[in-house]
Amino acid sequence: MIWLIPIIPLAGSLIVGLIGRRMPRTLATVIACGTPSLSLLLSVMAFVRLLQMPAEGRLLRSSIGSWIASGDFSVSFGFLFDPLSAIMALVVCGVGLLIHIYSIGYMAEDRDYHRFFALLNLFLAEMLVLVLADNYLLLFVGWEGVGLCSYLLIGFWFERPAAASAGTKAFLVNRIGDGAMVVGLIWMILLFGSVDFQTVLTDAPTVLVYGSVTASLLTLLLFIGATGKSAQLPLYVWLPDAMEGPTPVSALIHAATMVTAGIYLVARSAPLFQLAPVSLEIVAWVGGLTALYAASIALVQTDIKRIIAYSTISQLGYMFLGLGVGAYAAGIFHLMTHAFFKALLFLSAGSVIHALAGEQDIRKMGGLRQFLRVTAGSFLVGALANAGIAPFAGFWSKDEILAAVYASGHGPLWVIGALTAAGTGLYMFRLYFLAFEGKSRLDAHMLSHLHEAPWSMRLPLVLLALGSATVGFVGVPPGSGLLQRFLGPVFPASAHEATAEPTSEVVLAVAVLAMAVGGIVMAYRYYLLDPQRSEALAARYPALYRTFFHKYWVDELYETAVVRPTVTSARTLSELFDARIVDGSVNGIAALAARAGSLLRRLQTGQVPTYILSILVGAVVLLGYLAFSG
Amino acid sequence: MSPTGGPILSMLIIIPLCGALVLVCIDGAREALIKRLALAISSLVFLLSLIVYAQFDPATAGMQFVERAPWIDSIGSSYLLGVDGISLPLLLLTTFLTPIAILASFSGITSRVKAYMICMLLLQAGMIGVFVALDLILFYLFWEGMLIPMYFLIGVWGGRRRVYATLKFVLFTMAGSVLMLLAMIAVAFLHQGSTGRSTFDLLELIGGSIPYGTQLWLFAAFALAFAIKVPMFPFHTWLPDAHVEAPTAGSVLLAGVLLKMGTYGFLRFALPLFPEAAAAFTPLISVLAVIGILYGALVAMVQDDLKRLVAYSSVSHLGFVMLGIFAMNVQAVEGSILQMVNHGLSTGALFLLVGMIYERRHTRMIEEFGGLSRVLPRFALCFLVVTMSSIGLPGLNGFVGEFLILAGTFRAHKGFAILAAIGIILAAVYMLWMWQRVMWGQSRRAENLTLNDIGRREMAMLMPIILLILWIGLNPNPLLRRMDASVAQLVEQVAGSPKADLPLLLRGFALQGLQPEFAHAIFTPNSQPRNPCESWN
Repeated sequence: MIWLIPIIPLAGSLIVGLIGRRMPRTLATVIACGTPSLSLLLSVMAFVRLLQMPAEGRLLRSSIGSWIASGDFSVSFGFLFDPLSAIMALVVCGVGLLIHIYSIGYMAEDRDYHRFFALLNLFLAEMLVLVLADNYLLLFVGWEGVGLCSYLLIGFWFERPAAASAGTKAFLVNRIGDGAMVVGLIWMILLFGSVDFQTVLTDAPTVLVYGSVTASLLTLLLFIGATGKSAQLPLYVWLPDAMEGPTPVSALIHAATMVTAGIYLVARSAPLFQLAPVSLEIVAWVGGLTALYAASIALVQTDIKRIIAYSTISQLGYMFLGLGVGAYAAGIFHLMTHAFFKALLFLSAGSVIHALAGEQDIRKMGGLRQFLRVTAGSFLVGALANAGIAPFAGFWSKDEILAAVYASGHGPLWVIGALTAAGTGLYMFRLYFLAFEGKSRLDAHMLSHLHEAPWSMRLPLVLLALGSATVGFVGVPPGSGLLQRFLGPVFPASAHEATAEPTSEVVLAVAVLAMAVGGIVMAYRYYLLDPQRSEALAARYPALYRTFFHKYWVDELYETAVVRPTVTSARTLSELFDARIVDGSVNGIAALAARAGSLLRRLQTGQVPTYILSILVGAVVLLGYLAFSG
Repeated sequence: MSPTGGPILSMLIIIPLCGALVLVCIDGAREALIKRLALAISSLVFLLSLIVYAQFDPATAGMQFVERAPWIDSIGSSYLLGVDGISLPLLLLTTFLTPIAILASFSGITSRVKAYMICMLLLQAGMIGVFVALDLILFYLFWEGMLIPMYFLIGVWGGRRRVYATLKFVLFTMAGSVLMLLAMIAVAFLHQGSTGRSTFDLLELIGGSIPYGTQLWLFAAFALAFAIKVPMFPFHTWLPDAHVEAPTAGSVLLAGVLLKMGTYGFLRFALPLFPEAAAAFTPLISVLAVIGILYGALVAMVQDDLKRLVAYSSVSHLGFVMLGIFAMNVQAVEGSILQMVNHGLSTGALFLLVGMIYERRHTRMIEEFGGLSRVLPRFALCFLVVTMSSIGLPGLNGFVGEFLILAGTFRAHKGFAILAAIGIILAAVYMLWMWQRVMWGQSRRAENLTLNDIGRREMAMLMPIILLILWIGLNPNPLLRRMDASVAQLVEQVAGSPKADLPLLLRGFALQGLQPEFAHAIFTPNSQPRNPCESWN
């Protein structure tokens, strides 16, 4: 039954994509939104069955046969549904369904309505393969499949040059990570003789030596793959550009689901990572630094979607931070709450962009709350959750990560996390105040056209807002909530996060909360009360401001250090080496043969006296040779 | 005789030959009839080959459907055909692609249709012969004979610089083949020297005891011929020229089938005949293969002409195949054979697709296009699937082959596998960059806006390939299962011989090079009793 969960949206994709145009539009829409509903229903049913099982043995499997069998290696189309997969599948189907519904309104005017839904369904199918696969290779099918959908959806409006190059960039940057991951997988085959989760994860402690170089390298190769897909340093550069895609795509793929695949991969491979303390340390630091780094960029951006995109990178950093200190359940908890509030933020932003006919610059907005009440309200909920304000969802999950970081003895990382929390409050509410509060900076024409979105867009907003407000409670009390107890058996026993004593945990939580509130207060004073002050601040630290604004010039750095040298060397190879030397020597040999031929041709003059002379000379030489040698 | 009771392999060769004869007798003006007849004949051959596939016994490692008849008794050469798990996939690839290539020529070829179709059928017979011949002389006959129709296909129906391209192609290939012929004769002589029996039967020659130093020389001769055909870096420069000038169908068969003859030659002849030399050459060939992977990809990246881009991508893909073959374990070799089929499908389809836009716009320059996805949605969908197959998207065929090659290579040599993995990244770079410039963005020419999307005939060419791309991607086991026994046997024959690094290899050549008996056999034709010419008198 499990295998049906991904197959249904796949079928939907084929139907809508290949014959959708020939059927009534309503029917196509019903199919496109019906398949995620069915998958959600099946996931819920499987989830209920899991709950009925004893806590330690919660596992459903189903296989639809062998995929590749060669020599002593074989891998099957096997699916598994355990607590970790269950959470992922529920999030993917649930948020996915809401975003499908939202897209009915958002994409209504687009001439490629059918292509959009076909790709959205295909994405859902591939994402479900990714989270339900029972082996690494099938996971990789989903992994690359979602990458393909992401590529095609970023480039959905492919006639825009920016969208076209953003799509290519996303695929290629991801491909770098995937290359590393492939090496990891083939190494895994060599070590374990298998890529099945069951075999690899059970045998890991006997095959790999704790702390060995092999364990570290293997897990790092997987992690490099994860940094590509989950947009971490140094491979995050594709995600901000991915905002060229339609906003529902940003919400579904580039916030709620696909970008969390890296988190899922690391969490799934927890038994491997437990054997590689060095790798875990690297995961934690990459996550922490990315969180702070992306938040600093988000502080000064002006495009509503890009700010949220940097926020996504930052929040994904938190999740890796949690995984890196062994708090796997906390990382997945944050993944889940983030899926709600980040999808909400993107969809609200989409509603704004929809209302403003494509305007994305927050400097040109302001005062939108009066016109878009539902949108503004839901955005506010999302912003509070994202900023980690109690009791909204993001507070609980982020708090649990930071508590685990502190308890594991990573003081500096905790400071980084707390600083990021302050930054998050600041950039989130800078965005909220500039866009929704204060005086409107819209022109009169735009003002007259302002309208709240249709019901199909408002409904998902309201539902996601409810989720963002409440879903955090499944993780309360910290460390032993419903979610943690549900996920607990999946992760290695030693990895249950070390919890600090309750009093210090409360102190820490209050401290981080205070940082976040401080960020919000600062945003309020600098962007709402007295906007001039923010400009003065930027003027006072011009170097810092420009560094943030230009995103640390990393895109420029990659362009100069990687892209251009590659193209230049390829051109040199092609135009100098290949054309002149390789091909030149071939043609040179041919020319030499021709030259030799034409030289020899001169011997054949056709004049009998020359021939007779030659014969004579030859005969004399021959006779002489015989006479003297004999 | 085959299980069907009929000489089915011979029929696969004879039917297109007879078909060509029939075409000769038809009035050249009746073009429609000629086209349909050629298509029908090649399709019939394909259907017959399906019988071979169906009746093939996966459990047998050795040759099946073996046919043997006396041929040139005086030198011990016989008419010997057979297939095993190594040649079966390639045989099917050939019979599958030929009708599609013929269908692709319906609109593109407007002059001398009759002669063209005769060439196509002769080519089909020749290609099939190469993959089923098990006698060295017979193999050589097909190997060289197949060049003739290809020579005309490019030289008569090709582009502007067709004469240059076709001469380069034929001369380059023949330069290698001549050495191979000498080596073949030497192998037979050596065999006769040790057993007293003169034969060119491959199955009998395998397992003979050729001294190591002699093996090196003979392997080198075979390897050169095959490496040119593959083509391996640095013998590849005939390929872009030949592709650019060849008509669409010529490119499809050139890339789809002809290149595989080189890689097949290594598997069928060079490895089992000279296992120790093959092992000694492994490091050198692996290095060249890895260079080919990266070099082909980098050079492909900066091509302006779509056909040149695809041609260089072939150099890269065939590098993977060679790397897998010389990893010499079951996964890598099966991956290589599968990848030969995959490359035939995806690159064949790429040339078809390029041909389609060439027929519409009479240019293949990337800069002339842009935004084609809007105008040609069906074309775009097909192109997308093929592109993804070519860059190895999991779920499609290319991934299975590449992954098996990498997994097998990693066992044999970690460094090569890691470098090859970089090739996977680069493959995405050149294909998607091309895609962005051709299919996405704004159209750069007004002519592009009025193009017609692909029609029914073109769909009929692409759909079978696309279905196979999906089918092999999701279910490669029917093919892999049929390879298992034969590949395992080959690996057993070859593996275990010591590898040599480059200096050692060169010393082997210099010091042990010409063993006395080898030199004797080659350079003293009058000596008794080794001279098979004796019986001619």
